[in-house]
Amino acid sequence: MILDIIVNGLINGSVYALLAIGFSLVMGVARIVNIAHTAFYMTSAYFIYMGFTYLNIPPLLAMLCALPVTVALGLLAYKFFIKPIQEHEAAVLIATIALAMVIQEAFLMVFGGHYLGVPPLVSGYALIFGVKVTWQHLLALGVALAVLIGVRFFLMNTKIGLAIRSTAEDREVANLMGMNVTAVAMWAVAVSIGLAAITGAIVVPLVVLDPHMWMHPLIMMLAIVVLGGLGSIEGSFVGAYIIGFTEALVVFLLPMGSFLKDPVALTIMILVLLIKPEGLFGVVFEEER
Amino acid sequence: MYWLMANLRQAGIIVRNEVFVLPSRIAVLVFVVALLALPIFTQDPYVLRIIILTSVFALLAASWDFLSGFTGQMNFGHALFFGVAAYTAAKLNLDLSIPPWGSIPLGAVGGVLAGLVVGIPCLRLRGAYLALTTLAFPIILMGVVFALPDFTGGELGISGLSRLSGSRVGDYYITGGCMLVFCFLMWKITDSKTGIILHAIREDEVACRSAGINTTRYKLMAFCISGFFAGISGGLYAHIMRLAGPSTLEVNTSFLVIIWSVFGGMVSIYGPVAGVFILFPMLEFLRFIPQARMLVFAFLVLLTLLYMPEGLIPWIRDKIEKVCPRCKARNLGTRSNCRVCNAVLD
Repeated sequence: MILDIIVNGLINGSVYALLAIGFSLVMGVARIVNIAHTAFYMTSAYFIYMGFTYLNIPPLLAMLCALPVTVALGLLAYKFFIKPIQEHEAAVLIATIALAMVIQEAFLMVFGGHYLGVPPLVSGYALIFGVKVTWQHLLALGVALAVLIGVRFFLMNTKIGLAIRSTAEDREVANLMGMNVTAVAMWAVAVSIGLAAITGAIVVPLVVLDPHMWMHPLIMMLAIVVLGGLGSIEGSFVGAYIIGFTEALVVFLLPMGSFLKDPVALTIMILVLLIKPEGLFGVVFEEER
Repeated sequence: MYWLMANLRQAGIIVRNEVFVLPSRIAVLVFVVALLALPIFTQDPYVLRIIILTSVFALLAASWDFLSGFTGQMNFGHALFFGVAAYTAAKLNLDLSIPPWGSIPLGAVGGVLAGLVVGIPCLRLRGAYLALTTLAFPIILMGVVFALPDFTGGELGISGLSRLSGSRVGDYYITGGCMLVFCFLMWKITDSKTGIILHAIREDEVACRSAGINTTRYKLMAFCISGFFAGISGGLYAHIMRLAGPSTLEVNTSFLVIIWSVFGGMVSIYGPVAGVFILFPMLEFLRFIPQARMLVFAFLVLLTLLYMPEGLIPWIRDKIEKVCPRCKARNLGTRSNCRVCNAVLD
């Protein structure tokens, strides 16, 4: 039981951290509240299913193929639907909602509302302190942590990472320093969608696919991003594990847990906001005019 | 008799000089008359039902615009007011057997309380923070609804409410009348001194506060007023469907309200109403391709936004009307001189 909670909490937390960091990047650099972010996570999961079931390629190869396809799709959507209306905040907002709905309905049309699945990459289980933990869960956890470290390296130690961080901090000054803000925004969108696609690949053997699977991670991700402080990478990371473990605890310990996992996580978010309106790691800016 | 004639003539002059000079005002007049006269031409229950639901959602979208458009408090959880009012009306109607004319206003009071509950913690938040936090409230309430199936009916909701009125035409006039009256009321509020303060809060809250305006009070008031009107529509919805279910609290409901309003054009009250009256029947019309219905709907919204990011109605309005550069009065697009100050229009 306890080990179940720990493993599930770690996996949930890592998955949410990947999603929340991707969301934060776009939010910070391009000032887009991207509701469709988790829809791309679903897209990648469905592409993997498609590759595995219809093209009969091995799951690992399907995952490697789904990643660039999803990123390309995301970039196209950004270029054609979001970028032309970027100055109109409200329009961007519903454009991303509409985009998510388009993706959901497209998959609903092609695959129907059936629950689908992809077999695990590795079978069998490990015994840890006498509790069965499948290798697939451990693999997912390992990959998620590796990607998280990779993202941190990318943001902290590469030139583009530096550009993304500085643009997120102050768009105008970054522009004045000679950064091509438009190109940086493109990079941020690509990295963000890429992270969503990788997350989709990580969870695809663990969850059932249905066209509404983007909704729950979306809500969790939004809660994490607000909890950790908008645009703060550390905040997203810490917030993700808080929410991930909360979800695991609620599901395993409370009766009706699966109904209550969203409400409990969101209540924690609201309580934190009441005490600290800028989130756990958010920076208090001068009130923007 | 003579007195009546004089008054009628006066009214006629006002209509001619104030309404018939602008195509947008003529459109509003035509819309109101058409809405009120529709049952004379068709009594088809399907058509009436669609227009009834459209009216209910038009009121909801207008109340969202009042809060998020005029006051700038971006609300992603508008379904909360709707759902709270629907459940309150349902509970009062079934358990205390209060008839609809009592349960709907009381449900709206529930909406006001919900507005306070959301508004107070959200006073310190702004922009994206506010939007994402408000999204949380209906989801929390939905969890509570599922967790207490004995009280709330769980997944099935509370059904078997009494009818709004005896007949479908009666329902039609009640909802249509409510929608027109309350939207007009909201439009009047946004046009008043209070409305200007709300406008100022959206544009620059800091400047507004430094001008000696208690922005906290006005923001809370906006939450309450919006909650009230959304609550009315929630109560009407519960009595029309004779059901208050968890679907009223869904994230999708909140998102749809935003889509309707932004599509029609924010910060105008009439924009969201027009948005609902275009999109909701269109969604019904698309039933002939049931699988692709939502896909086509979402795609149309996306494409419309690409060409008119300000929303449909402001875009059309800018095409057919122009603003006088001197006195800011609106004029028909084909005029060369302002109808008020005679300045040359460009």
